Amino acid sequence: MFAKQLTVFIENRSGRLSEVLHVLKENNVNILSLSLADTTEFGLLRLIVDNAALGKEKLSENGFSSLLSDVSIIKIPHEVGSLQSLLKIIDNNGVNIEYMYGLSIESDEAYVVLKASDIVKVDEILTANGVHTITCEELANI
Amino acid sequence: MIWNETKECMSRDQMSALQSARLVKLVDYVYHNVEFYRKKMQSIDLMPADIKSIEDITKLPFTTKDDLRDNYPFGLFAVPNTEIVRIHASSGTTGKATVVGYTRYDLDIWAECVARCLSMAGVGKDDIIQIAYGYGLFTGGLGAHGGAEKIGATVVPMSTGNSKKLTTMMVDFGATAIACTPSYLLHISEVLASEGLLDRIKLKAAICGAEPWTEKMRNEIETKLNIKAYDIYGLSEIMGPGVACDCEFHKGLHVCEDHFYPEILDTTTLSPVAEGVTGELAFTTLTKEGIPLIRYRTKDLTSIDRTPCECGRTSARISRFKGRVDDMLIIRGVNVFPSQIEAALIEVEEVTPHYMMIVDRVNNLDTLEVQVEVDQKYYTDEIRAIEALTKKIAHVIQQALGINAKVKIVEPQTLVRSEGKAVHVIDKRKLY
Repeated sequence: MFAKQLTVFIENRSGRLSEVLHVLKENNVNILSLSLADTTEFGLLRLIVDNAALGKEKLSENGFSSLLSDVSIIKIPHEVGSLQSLLKIIDNNGVNIEYMYGLSIESDEAYVVLKASDIVKVDEILTANGVHTITCEELANI
Repeated sequence: MIWNETKECMSRDQMSALQSARLVKLVDYVYHNVEFYRKKMQSIDLMPADIKSIEDITKLPFTTKDDLRDNYPFGLFAVPNTEIVRIHASSGTTGKATVVGYTRYDLDIWAECVARCLSMAGVGKDDIIQIAYGYGLFTGGLGAHGGAEKIGATVVPMSTGNSKKLTTMMVDFGATAIACTPSYLLHISEVLASEGLLDRIKLKAAICGAEPWTEKMRNEIETKLNIKAYDIYGLSEIMGPGVACDCEFHKGLHVCEDHFYPEILDTTTLSPVAEGVTGELAFTTLTKEGIPLIRYRTKDLTSIDRTPCECGRTSARISRFKGRVDDMLIIRGVNVFPSQIEAALIEVEEVTPHYMMIVDRVNNLDTLEVQVEVDQKYYTDEIRAIEALTKKIAHVIQQALGINAKVKIVEPQTLVRSEGKAVHVIDKRKLY
């Protein structure tokens, strides 16, 4: 099962990140997790939100370029070593991870957002190993 | 020191007579040897016999860079390749280069003209000169080289790209002269200063060209290096460096007008303007065999002064350049047209056709940044993909322009859209 990640390309100039967040706020799009990858010239803001399609539409209306892409959101026990165990499963199957970021909710569970070089294969690997993946909507309802 | 007193100091009447005789011969030559000119003349019912003196030059049609492109590569050559001994090329306005060919005689004349320029700068056979223009298709290196050998100087063909080697040899060889772009020389002066070599050089003169520069830059070069700096001008279509150069009085650049007849044209009507009035410079190559050009429009803006100079030369002087008629830029001595960037970007499907060039000068070296927008279809969530795209675009631009550019991907809809004549260039350098 895949979740939709909303990625926004932003130039490195002051105030730009805040403008993106403002658009999302105005349209009642809730951010569940995020990661900001930055270079000297630009950044990629990767967001897990409760309504990615709405977020993309509203950002586009406001002149931001964004993209929806499939990622895996994986529930893992909130305990030492659980992430490493997960990665071991993926590594053993020869799939590269492009990027990853996490979120932790006040419970026994934590979540990581993961994008692999081959997302379909990763999904199969996870399912075969009994690892749960969830959607943004499910995440939003926790 | 005057290299060729007969030609450089002849009376205006004598010069006019010489130019008239040479023009008559040239028109007959191109009519019979270059189909392009024959057809052009026939289309306006002009016969070689109609050209009797230099005053008749205004009856002749113009030649433009587009004509060279349309006849790429050798269509305007007046001789077969058996007579051509050298080819040079410069940037065209789009993908195709502007190609020129030289006969052995043309190379002799070129060396003669550069010899006059070097003599104006006080460079002679006692001097050791470093030629730090690029050697290759660009006319700078080999052009300056030929003239420096002709005057019997000791020539060090440095070419470009290795400042450390240049400064080391400048000190070790005791170089007394250098030929390079003015911005590169300022950069060299900083390298010398940072290495503590400034008081160990024997440099006395610099012959700078291939890009526009200001009096302020001249003063800076002269003060920093304690030398005299001279301005040399040329363009590959006409010959290369050596078409004109300024003497120690710096009252304009003396044109080798027994070989290149200069006209200044009104930018709207293209009629010749009066002396002292600024207009577009055009040249007719009076003696060229390989690729003779008639009334070639240089797109450079200047004015002309035909009064004798304090140095004793009577040759016409063109003023420091005041700008360009077109949008050509000179970046690190290389001619760059925005249209080349446009043509190059069409090859990259991931980007939109919108672009902005930002030209600046940092530590006396020209920088070029090209901003592009990525097509919505190719948006990605991976940094790696964007960086790979940036590299790909930089490579395409490097191949098209011959210079390195920094590519910056910007947000969509942020670059100016074409509304009539779009602004594609921000030049932060103050060159005119």
